[in-house]
Amino acid sequence: MDKLLEWLKRVDIPTLIIFLFLVALFVLAAFTEVSIPSLLSDSIRRIGMNGVLVLAMVPTIRVGTGPNFGLPVGIIGGLLGALISMQLGLAGFTGFWAAILFAVLICLGIGLGYGWLLERVRGQEMMVGTYMGYSVVAFMSIMWLMLPFTNPDMVWAIGGKGLRYTLALDKYFGRVLNNFLKFKIGGFEFPTGLLLFFAGVCFLVHLFFRTRIGLSIDLVGQNERYAISSGVNPNKARLVAVILSTVLAGVGIIVYAQSYGFLQLYQAPLFMTFPAVASILIGGASIRRASVRNVIIGTAIFQTLLTISLPVLSQVTRGDITEVMRLIVSNGMILYALTRTPKEAR
Amino acid sequence: MQYALEMRNISKSFYGNQVLKNVNISVAAGEVHGLVGENGAGKTTLMNILFGMPVIHSTGGFEGEILINNERVNIDSPRRAMEYGIGMVHQEFMLIPGFTVTENIKLNREITKDNLLSKVFGKPLRTLDFPAMRKEARQAISTIGMSIEELAVVAGLPVAHKQFIEIAREIDKKNLKILVLDEPTAVLSEAEAEKLLETIRYLTKKGVAIIFISHRLSEVLKVSDRITILRDGAVVDSRPSSSFTVSEIAEKMVGRKLENVVLPPHPKEPSDEDIIMSIRNLKVYMPGEMVKDFSIDIRRGEILGIGGLAGHGKLGVANGIVGMFPAEGEVYFEGKPYRLNDPSYALKNGVVYVSEDRRGVGLLLDESVEMNIAATAIEAFGLFTKKFLFMTVYDRKKIREHALEMIKKLDIRCKSPAQIVRRLSGGNQQKVCLARAFTLNPKILFVSEPTRGIDVGAKKLVLDYLVRMNREHGITIVMTSSELAELRSICDRIAIVAEGKLSAILSPKASDTEFGLAMAGEFQEVLQHG
Repeated sequence: MDKLLEWLKRVDIPTLIIFLFLVALFVLAAFTEVSIPSLLSDSIRRIGMNGVLVLAMVPTIRVGTGPNFGLPVGIIGGLLGALISMQLGLAGFTGFWAAILFAVLICLGIGLGYGWLLERVRGQEMMVGTYMGYSVVAFMSIMWLMLPFTNPDMVWAIGGKGLRYTLALDKYFGRVLNNFLKFKIGGFEFPTGLLLFFAGVCFLVHLFFRTRIGLSIDLVGQNERYAISSGVNPNKARLVAVILSTVLAGVGIIVYAQSYGFLQLYQAPLFMTFPAVASILIGGASIRRASVRNVIIGTAIFQTLLTISLPVLSQVTRGDITEVMRLIVSNGMILYALTRTPKEAR
Repeated sequence: MQYALEMRNISKSFYGNQVLKNVNISVAAGEVHGLVGENGAGKTTLMNILFGMPVIHSTGGFEGEILINNERVNIDSPRRAMEYGIGMVHQEFMLIPGFTVTENIKLNREITKDNLLSKVFGKPLRTLDFPAMRKEARQAISTIGMSIEELAVVAGLPVAHKQFIEIAREIDKKNLKILVLDEPTAVLSEAEAEKLLETIRYLTKKGVAIIFISHRLSEVLKVSDRITILRDGAVVDSRPSSSFTVSEIAEKMVGRKLENVVLPPHPKEPSDEDIIMSIRNLKVYMPGEMVKDFSIDIRRGEILGIGGLAGHGKLGVANGIVGMFPAEGEVYFEGKPYRLNDPSYALKNGVVYVSEDRRGVGLLLDESVEMNIAATAIEAFGLFTKKFLFMTVYDRKKIREHALEMIKKLDIRCKSPAQIVRRLSGGNQQKVCLARAFTLNPKILFVSEPTRGIDVGAKKLVLDYLVRMNREHGITIVMTSSELAELRSICDRIAIVAEGKLSAILSPKASDTEFGLAMAGEFQEVLQHG
């Protein structure tokens, strides 16, 4: 009993509340006609789909600049990588890895610039990042129309210029990860490749934070002056963290897109940030501390909640309140985390 | 006798640490009472009690009584203190930089007049009467013999003027009966200080009782009628100033019974033949601890003490050398030119630093004991790492082993190496800092305020450990401390810093008088003791 109490004390209260809510939903689901196996496989797919995007929050949180609200910046890099791969007509895994490669290269460059910008606005990273996201998305909305992509699958059918809103990936690298080593048990479907990829990236990030560069990021986030006295250049550490976050965002959106089967351009990148921030916070991270563990727990809880609430609650309440709940949970979580920081900083 | 202010049997402790013991002090109207003592002697705490500062009441209040005009009073807030006519000129300026001189002087005591809105909605909406305020501010400034434009904005004024504005503000208070001046001349030049002393005399003629706190002993002697000397929270002497001499005050301020600790001998006696680091004209821009022109030769294998009063730059020296604050000057390390402003270069060359700001710089408060010990070594030297796949990652096992060894060696009291450092006591935190420094294999170790805020038992352990590191591993140690007794107990030589410059290098056996004079910057000759 004592051990249980001890364990409960270590769990974040919001995590616990949302987890209990989740359990309640499952119980509720048992009484409705919703098929639980399909709910579960849906949840697992969405965890793998969103995980890498959530992982992008870790470096910036750990370096002390808060969650990366400028996620769209990295997402744009990822989209460009995917578009180039499509333009080259690469399909299947070749297409996927080519997209990842291009995305990483582009994101390295973008991240460098974005990091440089954030260094100029020390202490305001979260707000500037948010606006940076909006600006970049607006700017790219113009660029999507101007960039010289010519693949007929990608541009508007009429006129032949400008990229479409959503691009189908079936002929390229759609669901390559999901289908890799996929197996089925009854109605339950397990996307092995997708989860393997997510696990791999998690492991790499975890390892990275045990290298000297990773440790320097941690030191800067926890006590900048201790870091300086340990011979760390804090500006460099912050730059590395921002670049890593941007790259992860780029990779993340490709994983997301291949699982979804469509590449979404124009305004879509804007709607990725808040769920990702909320996920990691639900996982027990604060805006100053985060680990890969928080990412996994947070993504699992948040995505499962979204998947289950739609069919279950629509049966119970006879209306769609999922979207409303998603907004309440994600924005509420962010708000909660922001109000909590001043106390922790002391 | 009728005293304007009497404080009787004042005792105060912070968290079980007694800082004031039965202190009695009294001032008559029109009298100047000088209050002197080292840093930490309890002067500021005493004045905080008099002023009803919240820090006193939030830590359990104090014992003893305060009498004003022979009447017992209960001062529970600064506001109440002001109502009793107690004014205070602070060491740090309590001025609003963006406001004009007039506004600062009249702050919260503005002269107001009625207008239409205030007649309806009450007092808070009354208009400020600027012409009247200007006139009174003008008057207050001229009283102290200054010519400061009363409409100038405070931000751009020289420090000396700010100091005078503080005083003008107190004078402007109509009911001023008791005025406390805390280090008012610290930022002033001699001519300005003279002007201030004149102001003090003028005020005493008006019947104001003054408590004058200063480190400049000759000034205290010149202006005070009586002098009280505090040491370790107790009054050691209180007499009319005419019966004191500067050196006598200095001696009583510093003097302590020295424990005669016999230190183990050096394996090789340090000498001027073998200099490990030579510092020439060092300037360090550390706010509050500016080093203006500091030169010294540090002998290999010695324990060098750096002492001096707060704010005179003794802490700046170590901070400058290791690159925590911008510094310039010529430094040679082991005969080679040494690069300043580069913490990583310092570490790689074996110049290691234990900060005086333990919680702010020295520790990762929310990290484990083992990480605190190892993190810097991993960063700077890649110690405790292993190859894993294609990356070099740190090795928890090696870190744990090393941490356990250090915990045993230094007797760090913690539940496990994984315990968070924030939960440790001050003494154990300091030991973690030392373990971290020792892990870096220093050739020269700068330790600042190693015993600040830790209890007596831990103090001894920390000092013993420093001596052991010095004797057994031949690490040259430069220890900066406000506690002279501690410097004298383990150092081979003690450098005293005054006003950002080297004032004297003394033997630990030098007399209390010599130390007192050196700290006050009045030690004429720089003695090179052996």
